[in-house]
Amino acid sequence: MIITKQKSVEQIWAMIKDYDKILIAGCDGCCQPPRSINEAKVLGQLLELKAKTEGKELKWKAITVLRQCDDRIAATTCRTQVEGFDAVVSLACGLGVVMMNKVLPDILTFPAQDSHFGGVQNLGENSFIQYCETCGNCLLGVTGGVCPIAGCAKHLSNGPCGGTVDGMCEVGGYTRPCAWIEIYKRLKKFNRLDLFTIYRPARDYRSATSPAYMTINKDYTNIKEEEEEKANG
Amino acid sequence: MAKRPAYSNLCKALEAGHFVFTGELEPKKILQEGVEEVIHSAKEMRKTNRIIAANVTDGPQGDAYMCSMVPSYLVQREAEIEAVWQVAVRDRNRVALFGDILGGAVLGLKNILVLTGDHTALGDNKKARPAYDIDSTQFCELLKKMIDEGTDYAGKEITDGKIEMNYGCVANPNAVGDYMEPEILKVGRKVEQGIDFIQTQTAFDIDIAKNFINELSRYKVPILLGVFPMKSYGIAWYFDNYIPGVSVPKDLLKALKTAEKENKGDKKAKYAALDKVNVEFFKPFIKEIKDNSKASGVHCMAVEYERLFQPLLGEYPEYVKEFY
Repeated sequence: MIITKQKSVEQIWAMIKDYDKILIAGCDGCCQPPRSINEAKVLGQLLELKAKTEGKELKWKAITVLRQCDDRIAATTCRTQVEGFDAVVSLACGLGVVMMNKVLPDILTFPAQDSHFGGVQNLGENSFIQYCETCGNCLLGVTGGVCPIAGCAKHLSNGPCGGTVDGMCEVGGYTRPCAWIEIYKRLKKFNRLDLFTIYRPARDYRSATSPAYMTINKDYTNIKEEEEEKANG
Repeated sequence: MAKRPAYSNLCKALEAGHFVFTGELEPKKILQEGVEEVIHSAKEMRKTNRIIAANVTDGPQGDAYMCSMVPSYLVQREAEIEAVWQVAVRDRNRVALFGDILGGAVLGLKNILVLTGDHTALGDNKKARPAYDIDSTQFCELLKKMIDEGTDYAGKEITDGKIEMNYGCVANPNAVGDYMEPEILKVGRKVEQGIDFIQTQTAFDIDIAKNFINELSRYKVPILLGVFPMKSYGIAWYFDNYIPGVSVPKDLLKALKTAEKENKGDKKAKYAALDKVNVEFFKPFIKEIKDNSKASGVHCMAVEYERLFQPLLGEYPEYVKEFY
């Protein structure tokens, strides 16, 4: 899931203060904490109040989208709704905001959230943790299932560094575990320290360089069919 | 692979079997005047004839300081003592590291100490984005390629041939108990990537230090144990409280405090008393390391504490004369 944090009302207001009618779009997708229709309505009320304190009148309507990052879903849901509005405020992650701007090219969509990372919910500690950085070069097979890219502040492939004390990391004031000590413990438990001692050469950052593009196998898309149709006249 | 030649005086002295000493210099937020002070410290080290090379730090604690390359060069030129040029992978990617090392080679730098570098989150520019493109082990591989094969990391040849340098890494003797094995195994990866020497972080506990050296000695790479004489109680207190994983022995802390308290107002007497405490603690410590461990030397991190060199190291042979 994409871990997000809502911007303050002041920050959102600063973006939309020049508009009179806004569409507030929640997202039922993977963003956490959830930002759906209820959250969209609450944001609308807050912005309306904020507008009043600024001596303005703001009209708004709340909707929600199954997944804003899916172009077809976003387009079919929103294109019919957006008529008559000056701007859209999206409660999705950054992916959703960009996609809304793409599928609604004649209106600006503003982000109501800061997108932080792809993470998991650690219910025991009521927190979210980034376990994967989607780096495109998965090392989990040689690190006992602990990611040193997302889990290590220095993204080391050959840790631990000198910044670990009693298994904790120097970043965050020794309150977070050192990923490389975790990796060591996991591999030792399964008698696989051979994987720990192995040297891992420098990573290929082309797979993690933005902007990232990936074309999935053409056999599974209609591109091939279109090409064949073209070829056959 | 054939053993790499000793290009630096430090490695030549290690090869000759001397028990070596290295010192430490810390360029901070400085310009010309500050550099002069660094050079002055280096000259004092050179005068001892017992300190063969001086480490020049690269943004310790993640702070934004003067680069380590230029002071390393100036120290070699002005103070005629070899530099151990510290290079952290925190601030430069593999392209910049390669470029800097080529530049350093032309300036005549002979030793590199490879470091990961304290995270920028600890430093004085906390909002910075650190590089960490390659880690310190991969930096060792880069240096291996530059020295032994004459190429960059991608294997592209250096037009003028190979560089002539030696490089070492750091190990932390304060990783004890369950945490020692990963530390030792990590150094093993760097040994595989051709390091010529190891300089350890500071140690205060003789038994822990000896045990650590004993474990590291399996790699047959010269080890220089780090010691940290403290020129004031304030430094000792800061070290004890703010440098994680290291605690200064209570007795030593107390003795330093007493030395300052009893000689308040009399600078000369205070210095003498502080020096006495340091000599009483570190002299037997170093002797024990020399006599009863497999360490090849001591890295003395007494930054800006030149006056201690003579009383601390005065009894050791002046082996440095052979190399300059």
